[in-house]
Amino acid sequence: MELIDGYPPAMRASIALVEQTRPARLGHSFPALSLEARKALLTSCHPDYKAGARRPLRFGPSQGMQVNHELADLFEARPLVRTSLDLSHIDADVDLLVIGGGGAGTVAAIWAVKAGLDPSQVLIATKLRHGDSNSTMAQGGIQAADRPQDSPTQHFLDVVGGGHFTNRPELVRALVRDAPLIIQWHEQLGVMYDKEPDGHFVENPGGGTSRNRMHSARDYTGLEIMRVLRDEARSLGIPVVEFSPAIELLSDGEGRVTGAVLINLETRRYHIVRARATIITTGGLGRLHMQQYPTTNHYGATGDGLVLAYRVGAELVDLDAVQYHPTGAAFPAQMAGLLITEKVRGLGAQPLNALGEQFVFPLEPRDVEAAAFIRECGERGLGVATPHGICGVWLDAPMVDLIHGPGTIRAALPAMFRMYTRFGIDMTRDPILVFPTLHYQNGGVAADEHGATSVPGLYVAGEVMGGIHGKNRLMGNSLLDFNVFGRRAGMAAAAYARAHPPGRLSLAHVAAYEQLLDAAGIATTRTAPRILPDYRGKEALERYLDIPL
Amino acid sequence: MSDGNGLITMQLMGKSYQVPSGLTIMAAIEYAGYKLVRGAGCRGGFCGACPTLYRRDGSHRIFTALACQTLVEDGMCLVQMPFVPLLTRPYDLQAIVPQPNTLLQHFPEIAGCVACNTCARSCPQGLPVMDYIQAALRGDIERAAMLSFDCIACGICSSRCPADIKHYAVGLLARRIYGKYLAPPAPDLARRVAEIAAGRYDAELDALISLPAAELRARYEQRSFEAVADGAEPYSATRRYNSPMDPVDYQDELAG
Repeated sequence: MELIDGYPPAMRASIALVEQTRPARLGHSFPALSLEARKALLTSCHPDYKAGARRPLRFGPSQGMQVNHELADLFEARPLVRTSLDLSHIDADVDLLVIGGGGAGTVAAIWAVKAGLDPSQVLIATKLRHGDSNSTMAQGGIQAADRPQDSPTQHFLDVVGGGHFTNRPELVRALVRDAPLIIQWHEQLGVMYDKEPDGHFVENPGGGTSRNRMHSARDYTGLEIMRVLRDEARSLGIPVVEFSPAIELLSDGEGRVTGAVLINLETRRYHIVRARATIITTGGLGRLHMQQYPTTNHYGATGDGLVLAYRVGAELVDLDAVQYHPTGAAFPAQMAGLLITEKVRGLGAQPLNALGEQFVFPLEPRDVEAAAFIRECGERGLGVATPHGICGVWLDAPMVDLIHGPGTIRAALPAMFRMYTRFGIDMTRDPILVFPTLHYQNGGVAADEHGATSVPGLYVAGEVMGGIHGKNRLMGNSLLDFNVFGRRAGMAAAAYARAHPPGRLSLAHVAAYEQLLDAAGIATTRTAPRILPDYRGKEALERYLDIPL
Repeated sequence: MSDGNGLITMQLMGKSYQVPSGLTIMAAIEYAGYKLVRGAGCRGGFCGACPTLYRRDGSHRIFTALACQTLVEDGMCLVQMPFVPLLTRPYDLQAIVPQPNTLLQHFPEIAGCVACNTCARSCPQGLPVMDYIQAALRGDIERAAMLSFDCIACGICSSRCPADIKHYAVGLLARRIYGKYLAPPAPDLARRVAEIAAGRYDAELDALISLPAAELRARYEQRSFEAVADGAEPYSATRRYNSPMDPVDYQDELAG
């Protein structure tokens, strides 16, 4: 296929239209929708409302909740270990076990130590490497209402409106109240936020925000925060065991979580960890590929924590809503589904259809924006077709440099610029093609404002925790979320660990869960947690022999 | 060799596999039947889990890449290098007093840099790695921080360095020192944190929480918006984006 500066001729024809309409569009954005219009668009076009895509949970504390089939499959699955597993040899006996080494887990471990736990009595167990997480991939920014014209109250309104008033308000209060404090903590740790020469943060708008409160570190915001947190945890001497996900929690048989079973992914040897308190920080579920969507998520985002927590009796919330980020890359095929940060729109780039026309306000809340893109490509038939079969809408990236001056894209969006350059596209000159991609688990395990779940001894923080964002999260609130609730859960779990001696270890709750499966008439050989998705080629798998070596 | 059906041949750890052209190296490895445990992370160029070494026909060189960000080529002979050992002395950032020799004290091996530039040539992010090590050596912490900012810590530089320098760890400490001690403090932040600590917003937030649903919706719809449309530009290219390049360079480049 012949490409002209990265694009095939048919797409070039549409780009010509984009260039034609550009001068008239500068400074004129499509108007924002009313709450009613938002709702109508969501119900007609958002994947969460697609008929037949979901089914209710058939048992357990959140019975009746409608979830995507891919997620329901995870709950309706057998455990990876038999309940007769020998638990008598304890490999690690700690005060606090943190399951998941992304942002939330690292923050929780640091604050548990700051709250008085001995670093050697904390253990972070993680599936891949320390820091392999969606946190690292977050690009655009972190919200905090710290400017005089802004306030935590204003932030609160933006969050609950973006979540369609389904958020748990006490969690939102904690989120917005702690936000400036988190930024101050980051400054003390040496996180390099974008600043003016006089020290003021560069603060941008985001979808659904009424004030400019997006703090960023170029478009490597999550990476910058994560690498500093990881360095701090390392400097504090907090032990981390990598490539060792938890595959089951342990309980004392009377409802309290007392540790977990880890597995070394390379040797397949299991390890028993006894812990006075446990925090699940396993992140999200993009790699389940709901409704066959591509995802922005990292390789290990398979929703393990949801399964572990549900098996031990924790309540779930808002898992009926999944976030599809409006701007996943749609071209070239090798980039399909990768995140194009919302900051591109925050800096002024407009979404356009194949005719180069605007069809939606560029900064609606994410679910609304995504639904508008889907409508444009679907029922309106005004999407841009690609040679690999998927359809997308333009994001007029060159507007950023037109509005803010030459060089802005390369200075403020270096990761985006670098990625497109690698695949032969110059986003300072040409628009980029986008389509919604599976991005975030809005809901999760229900918890109070200290991350405590309904199960004693079990805490959650970060993406695995639900209720903060309701049915839809705004940009910049996930980096904030894992810091705020990681910190709170770390301190609360440390206090719990000091007050409670180690408990007995059993898998009684897993046996009980299997009985629930049987009672619900679910006969399956599927197992969960999933741990990693399988992208092996069909041809190779057809001739795969599972022989002992 | 390309067989005309869009298949190409790559050599993975010495074995030949036929894979479709147009895949990333990572997708090609998976297509061939490998289930990755190490060597894959974010799959989007941000985490540094998939550094890859390869040779290609007609060159004596070893090339480096991120497997998730690079297309597989016919005749590529490659191996993944998922881990570079790293041990650093722990430090307490709060206790560091930044001096010109601070980075040298923590990483004495940077004095052994032979200026071969292999680190920069092998950086999949295209960073001027040697320049930031030289800046660190000179005690220019700000420059070391700015030039290393886009580092994803894949470790390729450190695996290729004849002086055994831990480049990405040097950059990280430079950035943390810069962020904490050298960047100007944010003037509004401390004020807001103090207000919150004094309970300034507690009553307002509690009032919002206890509002009936309809009133909360009304408050939301009546929000005032910070005007971007008013002509006020909340951002501009002249501001500092922790950019490794002087904005002036851009102007020259674009004018030329």
